[in-house]
Amino acid sequence: MSENKKWYSLDLGLKRKKASSGGCGCGKSEGDCNSPKEELSAEEFYEAAINASIGDERHRDGFEQVFDVKMDRRSAFKKLTASLLIGAGAVSTSCSLTSSGDAKEKAQIDWEEQFKGNYKLMSDEEKKKTVDRLMRSYELRTGKNISMTAENAEEDVLFGYAFNISKCQGYMDCVTACVEENNQDRNSEMQYIRIHEMKDGEGFKFDKADDNYYHEVPVEGHFYMGTQCFHCDNPPCVDVCPVQATWKEEDGLVVVDYDWCIGCRYCMAACPYDGRRFNWSKPEVPENEVNKNQHYLGNRMRKKGVMEKCTFCVQRSRKGKNPACVEACPTGARIFGNLLDPNSTIRWVLENKKVFRLKEDLGTEPKFWYFMD
Amino acid sequence: MRQFKVFKSLVVDSLDTITKGSVKYHLWMGFLTLIILIGMYCYSIQLEEGLSVTGMNDRVSWGLYISNFTFLVGVAAAAVMLVMPTYILKDIDFKQAVLIGEGLAVAALIMCIAFVIADMGGPAVLWHMIPGIGVFNFPKSMLAWDVIVLNGYLFINITIPFYILFRHYQGKEAKKSVYLPGAVLSVFWAVAIHLVTAFLYQGLQARPFWNNALLGPRFLASAFAAGPALIILVLAIIKHFTAFKVEERTIKKIAMIVTVAAQINLIMLISELFKEFYAPTHHSESAYYLFFGLHGKTALLPWIWTAISLNVIATAMLTFNRLRNNPKVLYFCCAMLFVAIWIEKGFGLIVPGFIPGPYGKIVEYLPTSIEVGVTIGIWALGAFIFTILAKTAIGIELGELRYKSKEDTL
Repeated sequence: MSENKKWYSLDLGLKRKKASSGGCGCGKSEGDCNSPKEELSAEEFYEAAINASIGDERHRDGFEQVFDVKMDRRSAFKKLTASLLIGAGAVSTSCSLTSSGDAKEKAQIDWEEQFKGNYKLMSDEEKKKTVDRLMRSYELRTGKNISMTAENAEEDVLFGYAFNISKCQGYMDCVTACVEENNQDRNSEMQYIRIHEMKDGEGFKFDKADDNYYHEVPVEGHFYMGTQCFHCDNPPCVDVCPVQATWKEEDGLVVVDYDWCIGCRYCMAACPYDGRRFNWSKPEVPENEVNKNQHYLGNRMRKKGVMEKCTFCVQRSRKGKNPACVEACPTGARIFGNLLDPNSTIRWVLENKKVFRLKEDLGTEPKFWYFMD
Repeated sequence: MRQFKVFKSLVVDSLDTITKGSVKYHLWMGFLTLIILIGMYCYSIQLEEGLSVTGMNDRVSWGLYISNFTFLVGVAAAAVMLVMPTYILKDIDFKQAVLIGEGLAVAALIMCIAFVIADMGGPAVLWHMIPGIGVFNFPKSMLAWDVIVLNGYLFINITIPFYILFRHYQGKEAKKSVYLPGAVLSVFWAVAIHLVTAFLYQGLQARPFWNNALLGPRFLASAFAAGPALIILVLAIIKHFTAFKVEERTIKKIAMIVTVAAQINLIMLISELFKEFYAPTHHSESAYYLFFGLHGKTALLPWIWTAISLNVIATAMLTFNRLRNNPKVLYFCCAMLFVAIWIEKGFGLIVPGFIPGPYGKIVEYLPTSIEVGVTIGIWALGAFIFTILAKTAIGIELGELRYKSKEDTL
């Protein structure tokens, strides 16, 4: 992916092909990434079972679960048999003399990850365990370390966001920063933020706005306005989820447990702000572009068939930093902060500017305000 | 102990019945199996690649699967229109038809569940939805309600006919005190499954096209037209191919139900059209898109106008006694209504709910061939299940299948 390009374009899965033909896309020559591949050639059925469960993951995200196996039709029978026996395999792991310690550990992690509970209901200890498992699993698969946290919401914090319409020039640096920060799928060019280019003098005509432009900005006679998840105080998406895989945290962030989501997309239908995204196919991020500072509820690797969304960069905001979009904005149009802190910039904006929110009549109470200079 | 013996014998006998039949029967089942296999192949591709192989996307996130699900919930609910007169109003007319109706409900419900699973991004973690093991968002999520009512209705519709057939199989009369409470419950339950399914859409303030109070009642009206219409067609086929007797009176009564429901459905359609177009607001855009197209995007026009024409013609024809009493015209009208309401619930209801999107963007939806393959496969699965159920039920009702106790055979 070229550095100068303003936006990502489809790379037609070239990277993926390269990866499956021996390498792993991480550009590392130490052999760690390749070693599981070599193990595949071993005759033991046990190895096949391991491969069926994690074979495709070793060069990318380590979150695919045991049953979500990518089936190669040619070797489908072999893999199917192996998958069926994976339970037995996991048991035999403990007494197997032939399998390596790593493979044993991988199987163990996959097993525990498949049958873990809902993050929302986990105790801090359980949260730590799953995070440790996920980090270890990534290490086993790619030979690289990631740092993942499970920080809970701090007390007396309620995050809010304000957007200065007068300042935004439509550069979309926020969009790029967001994609890089949050490890969004590069193939489908998933973006949480949409920048709407609107004509001066027509007011907020969203339906006539262009939210997918590729020209030089700012265009004469236009103004720009960004939308993303508004982290509603009364979020309709949370109510509709049949399994409570999405919820509002204490600090106001609306988050998703990617491992608990069943992918019914009811929340997507319920969101009035186009704030949610679905992984229609397996999300892919080139290994060298992966942001390794992760949060369980934030930018960790997602898998195929689950929802995801803007989390106000939970991995940053809970560390006292601004979200990536705020930091990246060259015009200062984006303001983020703690609504409960009377000295915060966001409070100053809310108290001194004429602010408004979108679709207030729906009663969703977004924590995302717009204002003009 | 004896009950188990009888049950075992029933299973053996019914397996015997469903594997034997005329050449036409075998051709039919073979044909269905082929389609099911094609559907399974398409689904395996979807499992491998993800839902990106369907025509759905972030803007139109529900499509053919959820459309068919919605429609089939209606078909399943329609069994109540036969159950009520038979078991509760004691109108003996429907007795033969009601077992067929309940069999149809079972097949429709299984198809519903299959469509929902086909639509899921993570079928491997569906256990998250099982109360007790998973986390169920009850009573907040309407989808959680739907899971409960659908499975409950499936249970009722399996147990009641099973009890009755089980008794008949032994040459005994079914005891009213046993099945009547279930039948009464099923009547309310049938209304509930359809209303709850309507609430699934109706409760979303984000989608003004669905967020209207008429949606639930209109679901019921269209379901009570399409469901019994299908039952009439199925009864006609059964009458033609088997010795199972379906009285003329029965079909006439069901035809009456279809007619009234179709008329009510039309009245509601007029009310909806009036509301959307007399004083159009920002919220009428989906309706504009559906009926007239918006900003040059017109993908749904052929569908909806076909549906409306079929609907109006069929309802008008059914309204005249003389036409309705002519079996050939009746069957023709029922087929038209069935197709019309299928379109109305799918391309006419689910898809335009997403178009235009929350910020007015119009992205049109067209199902891919894989999606169509899976859909047809699930329909074939439904037909397959129904054929098996109906063949066994008919066998028992005709007295061909009877339990032979040892005393009898000696």
